[in-house]
Amino acid sequence: MNPTPLVALAGNPNAGKSALFNALTGARQKVGNYPGVTVERKSGRMMLADGRPVEMLDLPGTYSLTPSSPDEAVTHDVLLGKQEGERLPSALLIVVDATNLDNHLRFALQLIALGLPTVVALNMIDMATRDGLTIDAAKLSEELGVPVIPTVAVRKKGIDELKAAIGMLAAGGAVKINGDDPALHQDIVELQRRARAMAVAATTEESFRRRWTHRADAVALHPIIGPILLATILFVMFQAVFAWSAVPADMIDQGIQQIQALVSASMDAGFFRSLITEGLLAGVGAVVVFLPQILILFLFILLLEASGYMVRAAFIMDHLMARVGLSGRAFIPLLSSFACAIPGIMATRTIDDPKDRLTTILIAPLMTCSARLPVYAVIIAAFIPARDIGPGVGLQGLVLFALYLAGIAGAMLTAFVLRHTVTKGPPPGFMMEMPRYQMPILRDILLGLWQRAWIFLRRAGTIIAATTVILWLLVSYPKPPADFAHPPIDYSIAGRIANTIEPVFRPIGFNRDMALALIPAMAAREVAVSALATVYAVDAGDETIQERSLIDRLRGRWSLPTALAFLAWFVFAPQCISTIAVVRRETNGWKWTGFMLAYLFALAYVAAGATYWSAIALGL
Amino acid sequence: MEILTALITLDKLPLKACGEIVGVDWDSLSEKDARRLRELGVDEGVEVEKLHKGPFGIDPIACRIGRMTIALRSAQAAAIAVRPRASE
Repeated sequence: MNPTPLVALAGNPNAGKSALFNALTGARQKVGNYPGVTVERKSGRMMLADGRPVEMLDLPGTYSLTPSSPDEAVTHDVLLGKQEGERLPSALLIVVDATNLDNHLRFALQLIALGLPTVVALNMIDMATRDGLTIDAAKLSEELGVPVIPTVAVRKKGIDELKAAIGMLAAGGAVKINGDDPALHQDIVELQRRARAMAVAATTEESFRRRWTHRADAVALHPIIGPILLATILFVMFQAVFAWSAVPADMIDQGIQQIQALVSASMDAGFFRSLITEGLLAGVGAVVVFLPQILILFLFILLLEASGYMVRAAFIMDHLMARVGLSGRAFIPLLSSFACAIPGIMATRTIDDPKDRLTTILIAPLMTCSARLPVYAVIIAAFIPARDIGPGVGLQGLVLFALYLAGIAGAMLTAFVLRHTVTKGPPPGFMMEMPRYQMPILRDILLGLWQRAWIFLRRAGTIIAATTVILWLLVSYPKPPADFAHPPIDYSIAGRIANTIEPVFRPIGFNRDMALALIPAMAAREVAVSALATVYAVDAGDETIQERSLIDRLRGRWSLPTALAFLAWFVFAPQCISTIAVVRRETNGWKWTGFMLAYLFALAYVAAGATYWSAIALGL
Repeated sequence: MEILTALITLDKLPLKACGEIVGVDWDSLSEKDARRLRELGVDEGVEVEKLHKGPFGIDPIACRIGRMTIALRSAQAAAIAVRPRASE
């Protein structure tokens, strides 16, 4: 009769909350979003020892209940039962880092004051022992007035005890929230002092030290070695994205070709066969091929985050970011944006200065995301000769590198201009906790990768599949009469639309086919490749669509200045509906979204035009 | 016996030196920065240690505050008054 009890998991960042959540729920997780904000809602099902299910809700890691950032606002609203679409949790699990009790207990005190049935997980108790601390959990429990259970989430220690305690709490009936408790609004300093006194009372300190983290930081934060190390890590990361992905990408490519062959062999020629092979499989296949690259990029980002290095990277980058009016915090979302702007923009929620955050959101789409790779790869393969211009330095690789740099330079320049005009304000501070280094947990990394892969494949299966099929229909129909003198595509709906908008793009060197490809590429950049493939395949009346033949066809039809202009366009153009949607949600409206669209399109148009006419002038 | 030393602000504390926070000029900080610093455990009586400086020698700095290591900029660190502890 009763609905599944909902238990919320709350605590400071770096308390090991996610690891504990994963240990409690395993892979039975659901990742979604709260309505109206881009705060991730992560929930999972946990089975108690007696077989009763409990829904665990992983709240974002925050330092307090003061609702000043979106993360904190969600935590605050959920725990007070005010969050839209979320029921009031029937119990609360607070995670504290045993090695950092004075700080984490402050937030715990604030949370306990809410009056929900509560249990505290005294996490990373093994680390505390290693740091030379002995903590009396019974004494702490007495002081706090709630059960305290020592845990080591990464080794699944204390999990059964924790489940038993949650089972006891969740069994209670309706709960009431003590929204007026003075402790909720108490001064931070006051709470902090209480927390510190409690921590001191429960802890016996022998010799506190974090030898490992100190030694690692001596290198990672060294004024000279640190930046070199960061540059090396980034270099290896981008190398790996290309080097490691070649084999699995080929396998996916061949798999799709085999499916196409299978479909062709088992179906009669006609509308449905063409729809499936030329439209659906060719279009979706052109995108799914990039799954290995995206996963490798995410693997690196997840590892950098889980190990604690990401904050060090932000530390090293802070001074440079400050020069364009941003803070080191902006570096993390911008680095994620190289994989995809969507998680990047979502990661900006950790930036608490609103103008710093807005500027970061506005420039995130300029970071070369993995969806641009298919476009770059095809055009570069077709127009840039594969010759070496130095030992181990190929011209094609150099052009690709230049495109990445153009995006970064554009972003920095834009940030500088924005911070002096529309997002003008006092320079944002840079304050961050630098957590201990940790060995990333394989299970947690794999879970994160799986969630990313699933999001990507779902996108490929829905939005990209739908747009390529629609495009295929538009370029294929209506069929021209037998005596039609021009290419059949000119008679199709898409051909007519492209002919209409082509004059807009003619001054920057684009031809009709490019104008045509830009329309569906609004859905997602990589669709430009499958769109060109579809357009030229339908145009040539071919049966099979292969990348190699697309490259050959491009060579015959585009001039070098045109191809370069197309590349320049894709460095800047905001061609991704999902990103636009996330920006709208994140900035709470169309005002800044419209601004971003306008400035990015203007940049793209100018950059493409400048590239085209410079190339012509240079006689390329 | 502890030797009485002159107060300095955290940004001026030498690298690797320890000290005790004796006062924070909260009013010189923005409300947000002040709240964040409090949340990160900055308070009178807490021990600090200057651990690292950024790659260009000035900003940002990394300090141990109690048991936590935090990164902050010199501008904010200038609001924190520290009594340096005589080196052991």
